[in-house]
Amino acid sequence: MSEHGDKGHIVPYATLVIVWAALLTLTILTVAVSRIDLGILNIWAALGIACSKSVLVISFFMHMKYENRLFKLFLMIALITLATFIGFTFFDVMYR
Amino acid sequence: MNQTTSSPLQRGFWEATGGRRGIGAWIFSTDHKRIGLLYFYSTLLFFCVGALLGLALRLELFSPGADFFTPQQYNALFTLHGVVMIFLFIIPGIPAAFGNLVMPIQIGAEDVAFPRLNLLSWWLYAIGAILALTSLFTAGGAPDTGWTFYVPFSVRTTTNVSLATVAVFIIGFSGILTGLNFLVTIHRMRAPGMTWWRIPLFTWSLYATAWVQVLATPVLGITVLLIFAERIVGSGLFDPTRGGDPIMYQHLFWIYSHPAVYIMILPGMGVITDIIPVFARKPVFGYKAIAISSLAIAGAGSVVWAHHMTTSGMSDTAVLVFSLLTFLVAIPSAVKVFNWVATLYKGSISLDPPLLFALSFIFLFSIGGLTGLVLGAAATDVHVHDTYFVVGHFHFVMFGGTGFAYIAAMHYWLPKIYGRMYNRKAAVWGWALMTFGFIVLYMSMMIVGMEGMPRRYYDYLPKFTFWNQLSTIGSWILACGLIVIFVNIFRGLFRGKPAGDNPWGGASLEWQTSSPPPLENFDYEPEVTHGPYDFKRGCP
Repeated sequence: MSEHGDKGHIVPYATLVIVWAALLTLTILTVAVSRIDLGILNIWAALGIACSKSVLVISFFMHMKYENRLFKLFLMIALITLATFIGFTFFDVMYR
Repeated sequence: MNQTTSSPLQRGFWEATGGRRGIGAWIFSTDHKRIGLLYFYSTLLFFCVGALLGLALRLELFSPGADFFTPQQYNALFTLHGVVMIFLFIIPGIPAAFGNLVMPIQIGAEDVAFPRLNLLSWWLYAIGAILALTSLFTAGGAPDTGWTFYVPFSVRTTTNVSLATVAVFIIGFSGILTGLNFLVTIHRMRAPGMTWWRIPLFTWSLYATAWVQVLATPVLGITVLLIFAERIVGSGLFDPTRGGDPIMYQHLFWIYSHPAVYIMILPGMGVITDIIPVFARKPVFGYKAIAISSLAIAGAGSVVWAHHMTTSGMSDTAVLVFSLLTFLVAIPSAVKVFNWVATLYKGSISLDPPLLFALSFIFLFSIGGLTGLVLGAAATDVHVHDTYFVVGHFHFVMFGGTGFAYIAAMHYWLPKIYGRMYNRKAAVWGWALMTFGFIVLYMSMMIVGMEGMPRRYYDYLPKFTFWNQLSTIGSWILACGLIVIFVNIFRGLFRGKPAGDNPWGGASLEWQTSSPPPLENFDYEPEVTHGPYDFKRGCP
């Protein structure tokens, strides 16, 4: 918790703008990829781009990059659980 | 601790009303014990409602043909029985009621980490319960979908599914907040010396449960919101003619609702694990193995959901994978059962009521667990899917497991909270009636299911009559047992003899404070120097 309150980390504007630009670029990429027929890879491409965007938002806008390990661990548990839920559903969707 | 001449209900936290009178001292209190009792009485009320609905169902099935209800009423009855029992009784029953009552004391804390959030959890539960009951009498009347709300029927039915799903959504938030509160409490609020390997195993089970509540319950919220969206705006998410996928609904529903089975059973296992060593006068066998098995059950149990969908039309690969994964859950479950039996081995056993209920739990849960493997194996599941065998199986696990653990917890911990003791002989009679009635009721269901009787049917072929009648007679015996148990325990808690601070000779922290406990649980900050089952050092 020490990273909060009196030792709060301030992200420079330049970093925020770069992250914002990266998010916009990835959004354009999402639309572009959806117009190319890659078969089943379309889903993985969309999920991959969405994950990258999430990492950027969580790391910089939500300051997780500057938090302590316990918070990062808890977040990873939640994200891995979500990925497992989605991933295991593909045992059905991909093989029907 | 000093025993004064005043009534136990005028001492300890009972007298600390926070300046409020009457019901206000309860519904606005942030004391974890008062919130625990609010949950206890709420869940007990809904258990009684659910039990009456179950008795009504069995009465209708006593003989073939129409007896007391119309088919539509029958559909509404079993839906209501399922929704009330699962969302309003079993899921919050042990973790929210006994978790709140006991867990902070077990780890030497004054309260939970977020007392106001704790109260909000109960309020959300109460609001959700009121909405669920309101759904019965408004719009199209009582939902008739079964507690699973499967599409496409739940989208098309004219009954009031919309309000019922909103109620489930709100109740889900209550569970998430309780889980979050318990996680933070167990991490941050332990007394000095209360290391991770000195935490009582009931609290360990709540810790594992809390993770499942926090991680899996949001999926339920999303799922019921999607039904709501389908019904209100017709989004077509589950409609194949519009590019949707009805099986995806089943995935979403069971991604929550199978882990929910572990939200229901893990705290029950924790209760049993705390009771057995006390009445065997022996340290628990394999403490670390039991603690880790709780986490393993929570983890493995979260990735087996599609075994409910073997006949749904999902891919054969998924059937194979989820069937295999299901078998993995049996391993940590068996670790617990073997460790309970090993704890009893060569113990100095005292057959008091809490242990009797715990022994019934082991017996009934083992039958429920092993019949679960019949359902987990895809080849056999195809034959018994949607038959009464499934109904018998999950009642063995949920009622024989969690239900018995809930009643064991009542007999074990309520004398601590109330400071008075019930009549032990009457409790033994209640236990005997309940266990016998239970076996007659649900074993008959499993047999008639193996013979091919489908579940959720209003009527049945005459060849199933004998087992159905036996099952209904079992429900009456079980109901008699429950009446004996409840009358005896509440008579004892309000009029019984003083229980003393440590009536069972327990070594964990809740037995080291007064009965009833004071407002902030201890008159001094406890310092823990031994494990929760070290009877030589922990029990003077």
